[in-house]
Amino acid sequence: MYKILLQIARTGICTEKPRFADGTLRALAPRFSEDVLALLGRALAIRHVDAGSCNGCELEIHATNNPYYNLEGLGIKFVASPRHADMLLVTGPVSRNMEEALRRTYEAMPEPKLVVAIGDCGCDGGVFGETYASRGRVANVIPVDVAVPGCPPEPAAIIQGILTAVSAASRAGAAGE
Amino acid sequence: MSLEPLAGAMPAWRALCDPAQWLAACKAIAASGGRLGALWASDERDTHGGLSAHALLVAYEGLLWLELPVADSAPGYPDLSAVFPCARRMQRAAFDLIGLPALVPDGTRPDGRGWLRHGAWTADRHPLRRDIALDERLPPGDPRYGFVKVEGDGVHEIPVGPVHAGTIEPGHFRFSIVGERVLRLEQRLGYKHKGIEKRFESLSLREGARLAGRVSGDSTVAYAWAYAMAYESMAGVTPGARALRLRALLLERERIANHLGDLGFIGNDGGLAVGQAHFSRLKEDFLRSNAALFGHRYLMDRIVPGGVAVDIDERGRKHLLAEADGLGAELRSLRAIYYDHAGLQDRCINCGRLAPRTAAELGVVGIAARASGHAMDARVYPGFAPYDEFIPRLASHRNGDVAARIVVRFEEILESLRLERRLLQGLPAGALQAPFAEPVSGARGVGWVEGWRGEVLVALQAGAGSRVRRCHPHDPSWQNWPALEHAVLGNIVPDFPLINKSFNLSYAGADL
Repeated sequence: MYKILLQIARTGICTEKPRFADGTLRALAPRFSEDVLALLGRALAIRHVDAGSCNGCELEIHATNNPYYNLEGLGIKFVASPRHADMLLVTGPVSRNMEEALRRTYEAMPEPKLVVAIGDCGCDGGVFGETYASRGRVANVIPVDVAVPGCPPEPAAIIQGILTAVSAASRAGAAGE
Repeated sequence: MSLEPLAGAMPAWRALCDPAQWLAACKAIAASGGRLGALWASDERDTHGGLSAHALLVAYEGLLWLELPVADSAPGYPDLSAVFPCARRMQRAAFDLIGLPALVPDGTRPDGRGWLRHGAWTADRHPLRRDIALDERLPPGDPRYGFVKVEGDGVHEIPVGPVHAGTIEPGHFRFSIVGERVLRLEQRLGYKHKGIEKRFESLSLREGARLAGRVSGDSTVAYAWAYAMAYESMAGVTPGARALRLRALLLERERIANHLGDLGFIGNDGGLAVGQAHFSRLKEDFLRSNAALFGHRYLMDRIVPGGVAVDIDERGRKHLLAEADGLGAELRSLRAIYYDHAGLQDRCINCGRLAPRTAAELGVVGIAARASGHAMDARVYPGFAPYDEFIPRLASHRNGDVAARIVVRFEEILESLRLERRLLQGLPAGALQAPFAEPVSGARGVGWVEGWRGEVLVALQAGAGSRVRRCHPHDPSWQNWPALEHAVLGNIVPDFPLINKSFNLSYAGADL
């Protein structure tokens, strides 16, 4: 126990401030009122679905929970069931083998629900594109509110995309406080 | 059967064979301690008029690429799963994509269920055949799948996935259990199949490098190197000494970053959340160094055919040496915490054991093999430049449990840090990219690189106009996924996430 405490004390707190929301990441106009978004923004539950990624984006989503980004410190946490989730974070082009699972996960979520597509593949199909086995971008399968480009997008960009989705139109570009 | 040597960084030969030689060669190599590296099929109706089955065998002498041409009208080719059990899923995938079945002597398939197809297309269509377009809309097939039923008093099933409870890749696990104990685990993968092999065939050889680096994102350096090695081998190109050293530096950095991440997650799944906090912090520091010095946190597209796309200067060299010292010290202190923590040790020791004999029978590779008593590592044997100069010290363990896979990771990070220091000493001057002559149509090359998870193989064939005619990238997860089915037997269901994490296999890499 003493070694663990020493390790913690030696390290200190390294959490950094997140970037502001960025309205240019929006794929759809905000669908919910400012009141709803303000509520979600303070205690957001996210369900992640990998719909066919190379697993690079998953590494960066993991990183959003490391002590530097500390996503949970913003009141945002990942949950195990879509039924507990306000937001769906989707990575990858959507493989045809994951299409139904993605749709069913989305349908299982209660309203109001938000969708953020992560990475170049989620935005436009990326290097994999649309093939006999891939449906391409996430928006080809379910409605997407915010799309975050990058291969993979850095953790700060992912958090920015999440904050953008819960920021109301009038505050877009200045939220994330 | 005549062997034709393939030029390149690794000792490799290629041979055309008939069905009897196919089976005899595999049996001979298995009997002399060799294993199956990869198996795939190709549509050759435009060359020899039929289809071909391919096997990449790993023998002591090097790689043997066997090609068995089969007439389109022939019923199939001899099944290898009796010789190499790991062939089974590869054969099922090859059938889904090309329509060439592996047959046992009575003329039936050892397992007739689809593997990659699911319901995305019908059983009579084979999308890797050349008369099907890359973006063809194939009519959906029957998505049902016959899991093996375990029956008896008190046995019940737990279906898990494809969408899992955490931020992980999709796949389905079907547990048959009694009480809390696992009687059987059956995996069903292929959810991420997105047509990578077909996509390769729409690209030039040079464009293929970027796709190769995205077969399994966590192993992007290993794939990029293996692809470059295959391409260079058929083009007769040898990268310069500085480029090779930088490649090794990038590969060791990929190994360190992934091991740091895994040690954190294993600690977390074992109930030591503070371990996760520290390892994820160390990994983040490390990735930021990558971004600052090489322009990408995961080093994607930094290895290119002919050499590397990055260089390092004196300031960068000093930064990495200081980082290695700091990380080494942090690691030793965290290692003491992990090894002394009674709760974590209780969860990990004897948990998820993969016996050395089972590992050998299943052809397990990489970390999982080394943690189960098998001293194999392509960097060491047969070894490839620059590792012939910088020979890694192998880390291995005999217990084959979660604890052993933790030990191997700690030791491998420390060893990679030692290699990093040595690679950075007296870095030779020279070109970063060698001049490139495009290979002739039909040329073949192989790449074989020890990534952080295990060996990554790439078999590549050039087409006309420097296009990819066929590319099969092979992930070590093909061999290691079935081993996980064995490692969980007799363990309790709540230990599965911990055992799974200790293997940390790629779904994307094997679903293609």
